[in-house]
Amino acid sequence: MMGMTITEKILAAHAGMDRVEPGQLINVKVDLVLGNDITAPVAIREFDRIGVETVWDRERVVLVPDHFVPNKDIMSAEQAKQLREFARKHRLTNYFEVGRMGVEHCLLPEQGLVGPGDLVIGADSHTCTYGGLGAFSTGVGSTDLAAAMALGETWLKVPESIKFVFNGELPRWVGGKDLILYIIGQIGVDGALYMAMEFTGPAIEALNIDGRMTMANMAIEAGAKNGIVPPDEVTRAYVENRAKRPYTFYQSDPDANYARVIEIDVSKLEPQIAFPHLPENTRPVSEATDVAIDQVVIGSCTNGRLSDLQLAAEVLKGHRVSDNLRLLVIPGTQEIYLQAMKEGLVEQFINAGAAVSTPTCGPCLGGHMGILARGERALATTNRNFVGRMGHPESEVYLCNPAVAAASAVLGRIAAPWEVE
Amino acid sequence: MALQGKAWKFGADVDTDAIIPARYLNTSDPAELAKHCMEDADPEFPNKMQPGDIIVADKNFGCGSSREHAPIAIKAAGVSCVIAKSYARIFYRNAFNIGLPIFECAEAAEAIEEGDEVAVDAARGIVKNLTKNETYQATPVPEFMQQIIDAGGLIDYVAKRLRPTDQA
Ligand code: SF4
Repeated sequence: MMGMTITEKILAAHAGMDRVEPGQLINVKVDLVLGNDITAPVAIREFDRIGVETVWDRERVVLVPDHFVPNKDIMSAEQAKQLREFARKHRLTNYFEVGRMGVEHCLLPEQGLVGPGDLVIGADSHTCTYGGLGAFSTGVGSTDLAAAMALGETWLKVPESIKFVFNGELPRWVGGKDLILYIIGQIGVDGALYMAMEFTGPAIEALNIDGRMTMANMAIEAGAKNGIVPPDEVTRAYVENRAKRPYTFYQSDPDANYARVIEIDVSKLEPQIAFPHLPENTRPVSEATDVAIDQVVIGSCTNGRLSDLQLAAEVLKGHRVSDNLRLLVIPGTQEIYLQAMKEGLVEQFINAGAAVSTPTCGPCLGGHMGILARGERALATTNRNFVGRMGHPESEVYLCNPAVAAASAVLGRIAAPWEVE
Repeated sequence: MALQGKAWKFGADVDTDAIIPARYLNTSDPAELAKHCMEDADPEFPNKMQPGDIIVADKNFGCGSSREHAPIAIKAAGVSCVIAKSYARIFYRNAFNIGLPIFECAEAAEAIEEGDEVAVDAARGIVKNLTKNETYQATPVPEFMQQIIDAGGLIDYVAKRLRPTDQA
């Protein structure tokens, strides 16, 4: 009998089956469900229609207001209030209030709420981030979230898998963001539609956990159902003292079946820039250095983690932000923010002329805290550069890694990190 | 329900930010969302479309965020259904869950031109182009999705499962 991929093994285990095949529809038990201040209000409305007393497990329904908080206006305040009231009514143990919260996909792994081998669904498309820990996690809509809040189960179609093998040594300034942008550039924004993306190879083993989560985070940008990195000692070191529940390391069998295997040599790769208005419009940074920029954003569930801030600070060292642009730095969680303060990073950002904000999604989705005017251009460490994503429909967003973002903030245009060394 | 109306054509990779920009997501009121349906793809769309009209798009319709506000905005605007070459997976699932009929049909997406009068036989997945007098066959709906539709949407499906004796 043919072996199974890591994704298939996790799905089979949660379906109570010995094996599953791509295309099969299965009913699975979920370990955790997640909603935010945009998606949970709709889920709560639907949940109340089901007519059950309470949620399936008050410790495993996680609500994180992060998109429009601290409340940006009266209407978003009403939405955040709905989460708060629902959390109180059902005595949820994992509701994260402003002051204790963070961008949801930075927060959950950090708090040890997700671990290797878990099956997690969230009403947010970037729920796929936890694949960086060797979990199966995927985004769903609010109605699916409502059903799972009641049942602790959901229905899934077993995806086919694409295996990416990253060979060679990562050049300096090239990280997880560049690897994922590069492959989206190769396969396109629907290149992995309905599929699992499995990231393997020596270059992945060399990535820290933050870089792995960055990669899994953007699997959805290729249309994938999930992205996943096989867990190893790097994973273990991260989850060991955090995990609030037992975890399981699954590995793909050597004879597992893949729809495609794609090999990439990373040793000559440059940092990647995604041009407007799709993440697939990628170019090496050296072919993008004539683009003038009005705003740089460092943050989000893609690149708002501590090592991202450390990298940006390293590049900024001894420099000031260009007079012609605004640099916004948004730590992903309170813990990251605090650590960045202890390490002197926040002071360094402020001395360089940057604005540093409390954790929020904010500008990433054009919500608040850095909206673009007509004709303005932003370079961001976020994950989407769709039309109007960060503000006016006639503004533009370019995507990059934190080192490129910092170098560009210094030079006022898209720039490679080695230009400011 | 009769699915019939004028076709409005859109390109490939129409994302959920184009369908309903995040700047309007401080509410989930369907009527409010409807006012901004497809706004960043075509600012005039909410004004010029008529109830019953049909969105016809290329591949990967609804890519991007998981916001259910996207199919809700389309449905609340009065669009009777969407026909596309393919859909992003979360949008596909959301559309069924909230009861927006959607059809996967590459042939129809190619052949239908803006302004054509189109009718869809939902049960059989047959798309009729009344202007051009052509018919196209959509990909059949997976059986599991059909069960959700038959139950009246996901919430009713779950409610029935959890309260099997409650026939109300
Ligand atoms: S940081 Fe951006 S992509 Fe991530 S959850 Fe928030 S809005 Fe979504």
